[in-house]
Amino acid sequence: MANPALTSHVSDYLKRRARWSPLEIAFWIFAFATIWLFPSKHLILKDTAILALFAMSLDLILGYAGILSLGHAAFFGLAGYFAGLVAKYGFITEPVLALVAAGLVAAALGFVTSFLVLRGSDLTRLMVTLGVSLMLGEVANRYSNITGGADGLQGVEIEPVLGRFRFDLYGHNGYVYCLIVLFVCFVVARRVVYSPFGLSLRSVKGNSLRASAIGIPVKWRLVGIYTFAAGLAGIAGALLTQTTAFCSLDVFSLDRSADLLLVLIIGGTGYLYGGLIGAVIYKFLQDYIANLTPQYWQFWIGLVLVTIVLIGRERMRAWIETARSALENLWPRGFARPAKFAAPDGK
Amino acid sequence: MPILQTTGLEKRFGGIVATNNVNLSVEKGARHALIGPNGAGKTTFINLLTGVLKPSSGRIALEGKDITDTSPHERVRLGMARTFQINQLFLDLTPLESVGLVVSERLGAGADWWRVVGTKSSVTEEIVEVIERFHLTDVMFDRVAVLPYGKQRLLEIALAFACRPHVLLLDEPAAGVPEAERHELLATIEALPQDVTVLLIEHDMDIVFSFADRISVLVNGALFVDGAPEEVAKDPRVKAVYLGEELDA
Repeated sequence: MANPALTSHVSDYLKRRARWSPLEIAFWIFAFATIWLFPSKHLILKDTAILALFAMSLDLILGYAGILSLGHAAFFGLAGYFAGLVAKYGFITEPVLALVAAGLVAAALGFVTSFLVLRGSDLTRLMVTLGVSLMLGEVANRYSNITGGADGLQGVEIEPVLGRFRFDLYGHNGYVYCLIVLFVCFVVARRVVYSPFGLSLRSVKGNSLRASAIGIPVKWRLVGIYTFAAGLAGIAGALLTQTTAFCSLDVFSLDRSADLLLVLIIGGTGYLYGGLIGAVIYKFLQDYIANLTPQYWQFWIGLVLVTIVLIGRERMRAWIETARSALENLWPRGFARPAKFAAPDGK
Repeated sequence: MPILQTTGLEKRFGGIVATNNVNLSVEKGARHALIGPNGAGKTTFINLLTGVLKPSSGRIALEGKDITDTSPHERVRLGMARTFQINQLFLDLTPLESVGLVVSERLGAGADWWRVVGTKSSVTEEIVEVIERFHLTDVMFDRVAVLPYGKQRLLEIALAFACRPHVLLLDEPAAGVPEAERHELLATIEALPQDVTVLLIEHDMDIVFSFADRISVLVNGALFVDGAPEEVAKDPRVKAVYLGEELDA
């Protein structure tokens, strides 16, 4: 029989992994404080929240399951059009319900396409994911009588959220709405990655041969997370349509999927905050540089990326760890350390 | 009825016959060793048993049930687990998390996506039992990547054992373990419960003859000799092909 003292120690240790760290709590308090702190920035903050949710959904499959995708925009775009169409034709007028429905539609697409993605190596996966999003983009282009084609989906009218909060021109309500949705999705995703299911994903990513040798149905675990991530990406896409009352073909573009990888390179993968931090840095950097040199802003984004690679993620991680432990020493003991940082290559 | 049985098992890679018409029976509770010179097809045979490779022909039965067409993870559920000759561990996890994975999976909590790991006491108790049995208590919170090799080797077996297999396949468990850490490892293998049938693939004759109550010799992919240790040790063909002078000394 197992030693009871040891058992409770082990149980505490395992549970502690999932506890909210003070830094995380501070992060979210600050995130919500921006509602009052920067009212003039709500439009860009709203876009940042959407990008953050979208990037977090990619992190779930890249950072936790090791699936590299260049076509994550497929789910974003499908749900974006879905949200626009149901609002335009009055099928589902309440935005929150439409958002949930759009997420489910994207998840359904994720489930179906996951079987294609599971076949083959990283390179085939890149091509398959890219192919799926290109195909959907062309389908939307072809059926322009429904989607509006290259002109985009016009005439979308979004009802007030919960029948009370109408989206305004300055993005105030839109930002609050997106931030709350982001937070709810984050809490669910966080729960998932600290569950036995989430742990088994890390094992599949770490060594799928051994994972199947200890009885883990590797394929179904990957199908599960791919479907879940697709649903979250869909919610992000629907948020964009709802808060802009517009949807155009660029929701499916390769640029959108590629930007997402940049966000995760900036923020890091496998600790769930990478997409969030990356999105903030990416958006505000883009905004700042575009103000300085409207034509050549991509040059500076490129420079930042090269710098990140040159400095090296290991060194940056060391800096962050030092800063974190310094900060956490200021807090009462007994708080958990958050999950370790991990680079996109899984080192 | 043997607990594990292969009938006419064959595996061809192009023109090469890696496993040639092998009929092996492992009795329940046995300590069965499978030996053979390098390139005899031991690893291919294990991969066939565990479902990593599909046989070209022949059948595999576990406890009388045909498992030839089942996937690797299904065979684990049906009661057969293996270790690897070269460690296959989760380097970024701790031993605790690794064992936790296996136990959650076996108790049907592995797909649970809402409960936090460690909140189910039946799971935790079993994790601790396995950790203690394999002497991993002192390193259970460390990353697997930084463990001494001997401890990694113990964890390698612990992960397979935590599946609660009826048949445990050990692929050269002591390979590469330094002398100082060897004793702990071998003692742990000796102490495996009697109701777990063990099929040991091993190179080291000391280990084979001190551990096994039955020995099968594989040569060029085919089953060459099969018998009690004394018979195999005396068999002149075995001496000629494989053991050479080693046993006479």
